[in-house]
Amino acid sequence: MRYDVVVVGAGPAGSSAAREAALKGTKVLLLEKRQEIGSPVRCAEGVGKAGLEKCEIKPDPKWIACEMKGAKLHSPNDAVVELSESLAGNEVGYVLERKIFDRELAAMAAEAGAEITVKSMVTGLIKKDGKIKGIRVLSNGEEIGIETDLVIAADGVESKVARWAGIDTSLKLKDMESCAQYLMAGVECEPDYTHFYIGSCYSPGGYVWVFPKGGTKANVGIGVLGSRIPKGSPGFAKRLLDQFIEKHSHYAKGKRLELIGGGVPVTSPLERSVADNLMVVGDAARHTDPATGGGIINGIRGGRLAGKVGAEAVEEQNFSQVFLSKYERAWKEAFGDSLERSLLVKDVLINLDDPSFDGIADSLAGYGFEELGLLGIIDALQEKHPELLEVFESI
Amino acid sequence: MRRTRVEVDKKKCVWCGGCVATCPFDALTLRETVLEVDERCTGCGICVRFCPMGALGEEA
Ligand SMILES: Cc1cc2nc3c(=O)[nH]c(=O)nc-3n(C[C@H](O)[C@H](O)[C@H](O)COP(=O)(O)OP(=O)(O)OC[C@H]3O[C@@H](n4cnc5c(N)ncnc54)[C@H](O)[C@@H]3O)c2cc1C
Ligand code: SF4
Ligand code: SF4
Repeated sequence: MRYDVVVVGAGPAGSSAAREAALKGTKVLLLEKRQEIGSPVRCAEGVGKAGLEKCEIKPDPKWIACEMKGAKLHSPNDAVVELSESLAGNEVGYVLERKIFDRELAAMAAEAGAEITVKSMVTGLIKKDGKIKGIRVLSNGEEIGIETDLVIAADGVESKVARWAGIDTSLKLKDMESCAQYLMAGVECEPDYTHFYIGSCYSPGGYVWVFPKGGTKANVGIGVLGSRIPKGSPGFAKRLLDQFIEKHSHYAKGKRLELIGGGVPVTSPLERSVADNLMVVGDAARHTDPATGGGIINGIRGGRLAGKVGAEAVEEQNFSQVFLSKYERAWKEAFGDSLERSLLVKDVLINLDDPSFDGIADSLAGYGFEELGLLGIIDALQEKHPELLEVFESI
Repeated sequence: MRRTRVEVDKKKCVWCGGCVATCPFDALTLRETVLEVDERCTGCGICVRFCPMGALGEEA
């Protein structure tokens, strides 16, 4: 069997890459190891409206659980700062049903002409004279080889394919959030706001989130910075989450419908996202926003760019790293700066202590969120807690 | 010499794949609902610390 392009992993990044390449008439195969695309979910399911627009995806009630007015940030002493949707950034706007969303993206790839198989796990690269010539896949229990000149690695946080090609994708504990989340029913939470609880009393180097999913349902989850997990405390993230829920009676009365875990890269993107015959996209390329942990939008945007460059490579029959670097330049232009900025923000945030978070929240709490642009935030801080301004100067 | 290896507690693992990314030796593989540890594991304990569910432990 031979394909022009093989995409490994049918998450948002992989399906978007496959679709884009197929739209240009390329013979594409999209492989997913799970038996069901989109499940189990490893996500809090928040996306920004502007982000979806950038992906040229029209919001569809089929996969939108809830529309958000904004975000509420809770400080350690529970002062609340309200941010409008446009200010809150990439992860606030809609809360999705990713099981449906991911499948829809895969369906769009299929409609564009991509071949798709599930329960098909890629287990290695086929190389000849050091060059990638195909992939090995375990498909429904059968080992098969598939020839291709171009592999798009969209295998998510695990990111094995790039490792096999000699790109070290392993993540240090300081570069990774350890996450646990419940889908809960019967919780009391404002339906139109995503809630973020920030401070080390909630989560060292991370935050707790509550994202409403319509009715009394909500995703209640936590991310803890790996390097802040004390040694010898197994299951730290889940334990902190359980404690958080217990302490907040309006959440504690809810019932747990689903438990998921996950790892979120919170570091710089891969230095090298292309090699001869290979492009790396989405979480596999560490394209997640390191300040918020959001990766759906960048996954789709990067995936689409890789799909386009992939189709061009097929047309020109040029699969060299030099040619494929076009993809690397394109994603850097699209969201490279924003990833860099977010990394600075993350570095500031993880080093703020709880009194500082309280001070910031206290300064901002009285303002209406329409007024609070970045300059508004700085003015407000100047007035009440000028000592905290230094922190922001580095950004 | 037999090296210590980590052990997966199947009753706690939710197959999230996070640990796979943390292993510097590529010793972990997630096959849908089975997490495998292979002979490259040095017992360094990084993945054990990471796992949000407490599903990994040093072999007894
Ligand atoms: C707890 C948690 C909360 C999050 N919350 C948000 C949020 O609110 N908003 C947001 O934008 N982002 C969020 N993220 C991040 C978001 O989920 C990811 O950035 C996004 O899913 C990345 O898309 P992807 O296509 O790169 O990878 P994935 O969606 O992970 O898809 C990778 C796919 O590849 C498959 N695969 C892996 N290896 C192989 C193989 N060898 N062969 C075949 N298939 C393979 C996997 O099964 C998987 O289906 C969150 C993540 C976590 C863990
Ligand atoms: S991090 Fe823990 S829960 Fe997730 S796959 Fe690894 S062992 Fe399982
Ligand atoms: S203990 Fe270390 S070497 Fe062994 S699987 Fe975990 S991270 Fe890898």
